[in-house]
Amino acid sequence: MAKLTKEEVKHVANLARLAITEEEAEKFAEQLGKITDFAEQLNELDTTNVEPTTHVLPLVNVMREDVAVKGLDREVMMLNVKEQEDGQVKVPAIM
Amino acid sequence: MTLFERSAKELQAEIKAGNLSIADLTKEAYERIAKLDGDVQAFLASNEEKATAQAAEMDKVPFEKRGPLFGLPIGVKDNIVTEGLETTCASKILEGFMPIYDATVVNKLREAGMITVGKLNMDEFAMGSSNENSYYKTTKNPWNLNHVPGGSSGASAAAVAAGEVPFSLGSDTGGSIRQPAAYCGVVGMKPTYGRVSRFGLVAFASSLDQIGPITRNVEDNALLLEAIAGLDPNDSTSANVEVPNYAAALTGDVKGLRIAVPKEFLGEGVGEAARQSVLAALEVLKGLGATVEEVSLPHSKYALAAYYILSSSEASSNLSRFDGIRYGFRAENVTNLMDLYKETRAQGFGDEVKRRIMLGTYSLSAGTYDAYYKKAQQARTLIKADYDKVFEDFDVIIGPTAPTPAFKIGENVDDPMTMYANDILTIPMNLAGVPAISIPCGFENGLPLGLQIIGKYFDEATIYRVAHAFEQATEFHKEVPQMWEGK
Repeated sequence: MAKLTKEEVKHVANLARLAITEEEAEKFAEQLGKITDFAEQLNELDTTNVEPTTHVLPLVNVMREDVAVKGLDREVMMLNVKEQEDGQVKVPAIM
Repeated sequence: MTLFERSAKELQAEIKAGNLSIADLTKEAYERIAKLDGDVQAFLASNEEKATAQAAEMDKVPFEKRGPLFGLPIGVKDNIVTEGLETTCASKILEGFMPIYDATVVNKLREAGMITVGKLNMDEFAMGSSNENSYYKTTKNPWNLNHVPGGSSGASAAAVAAGEVPFSLGSDTGGSIRQPAAYCGVVGMKPTYGRVSRFGLVAFASSLDQIGPITRNVEDNALLLEAIAGLDPNDSTSANVEVPNYAAALTGDVKGLRIAVPKEFLGEGVGEAARQSVLAALEVLKGLGATVEEVSLPHSKYALAAYYILSSSEASSNLSRFDGIRYGFRAENVTNLMDLYKETRAQGFGDEVKRRIMLGTYSLSAGTYDAYYKKAQQARTLIKADYDKVFEDFDVIIGPTAPTPAFKIGENVDDPMTMYANDILTIPMNLAGVPAISIPCGFENGLPLGLQIIGKYFDEATIYRVAHAFEQATEFHKEVPQMWEGK
C-alpha cells in the first residue's frame, strides 16, 4: 500500500470531524505513512482461515433481567452542558 | 522518610496500636505532595477538603469493622471518573469536566474504606508511554527528574515511587500500568481482561483496556486487586469469575513451578542490563525450586503493528463522543454545528490523540478495512494462540517489562514509531488478554528495571505468588529514590 497522501489525510480528518490545516495535513501524512508502512509487516502473515479476534473472553450476549431502574436526574445530567435553555442542550444552526 | 515506607499490614498494626490515626495518614499524603509534587508533578486535581473530613470520620469506626485497606490513601488516574472531582484524561477537551457518578472501582475503593487523595496525570486519553502527552504537565521520574516516569499511567507510578501515596490505580491498554511501574521501581498489575470493571473508565480501546493497582510491594498490590475486582452489572465485559483471596496465595513457595522464557523477549532490541536482570531473576527463582525452560511466542513481532491498528480503530470510535455538546471544552466563534464539532475536536485534542483517531478512522475505512483492521484482528488470534499453547505446559511466562530503563524527557517526542517501541514487551498481553505484573528487579545507571511475570487467564494468584517469592528473596523493592531522604 502506498504512503498516505495529503488529500487522503484531509479526507480522513473530515470523516473524524477534525479541522486540519495544510501544514498539519502534511505533517500527519508523513507520520501516518510511517505507521502504515510499519503495519505492512502484517502482510507477511498467512491468515487464510484465521478467524478475527474481536474480544478475548468467550462472552456472548450478556443479558440482565428487564427490570426498570432509576436513571440519573435530568438536572444532574445537564451540569456539564456549556449552552442550554429550558433544560435542553443548545447547539448552533445545523445548516 | 515517610510513613508510606510501611506496608498496609504494618500501617494497620500501627493504627491499632494507637501510634497512628487515619487522619495522620491523610495529612502525611498531602504534606508529601506539598513537599515533592513541585518536582514530580504527578497530581492534577486534589481532594484535600473532602479527604480530610472523611479521614476524621473514619477514625471513629470500630476496628472490627475495618478491612485491610481501611483508611489508607490512594491516588486515582485521571481517566477514572470520580463524582464531583474534576476528571480530564489530561486533555484540554475535558477541562473542567465534573463527573456525575463514580466509576465502579471508585465505589469499591470507598467500600474498602480507602481515601481518594486526588487525580493523577497521564498521557492524554492514555495514549503515550512517557506522560509527555498530557495537556497539563509533564510528570517526572522520582529516581531522576530528567527522565520520564513512563506512561500512560506515569503519574500513578511516580506518585507511589515518590512516597506521596502508598497506593494508586492506573489503566493498561498496551502496557500503561506495567511500563511506568518498571520505570519507577514499583509494583504494577494488569489484571486479566474482564477481571476489573471498566465502568467509569473513560474508554480508549475497549477490548484491551483494564484498570489495575500500583503499589510499593506485592502484598499491598494483591490486597488492592482483591478490593477492586469482580463482576459488575454495569460492564457487560466484566467476567463472572470468582475473586480469590490473593493475599492467601503469597506462600513464598514456588517449588516445581514451571517458568517459560520466550526467546523473543530477550533478543534483539532488548538492552543488556534488562536482559541480565531477568536472567539473574530466573536464577533466584530456580534457587527457590522453580524450573525454567526457553519457549517461543513466534508471533510476538507482529503485536506492535496489530496493536496500533486495533487500539487506534477502537479509539477513533470511542473518542467520537467528545464533540463539545454535552460536556467539556466547546470551541467558540463557530457558525454551524459541523464546524463546532470540527473546531472543538481540533482545538481540544493533542497531536498524538489526533494521529491515532486518524489512523483508526483510516484503518476502518472502506478500501482499507480488510487490509488493516481485519488483518490486525487475525494477527491477534495468532498472538493469543501462542500464549494458549505455552500455557498448556507452563504456569507463568517471564521476561523484561521494558527493553531499557526510563528514557530522558524529550528524547522520543518527535518520532511516534520510536516512542511506540517502548511497549513492545507489554502489548502482546493486552492483545491476548492475559494478566501480567511488573516488579522491581534491578537498576541501570540509578534507574529501575522491571521483571514481567505473565499468567494464565484469571490466574493472578499464581503471578502474585511468584512475584512475592522473588520480592522476599531480593532487596530491590527496598530501594527508594533519593528524594525520600533529603529536601
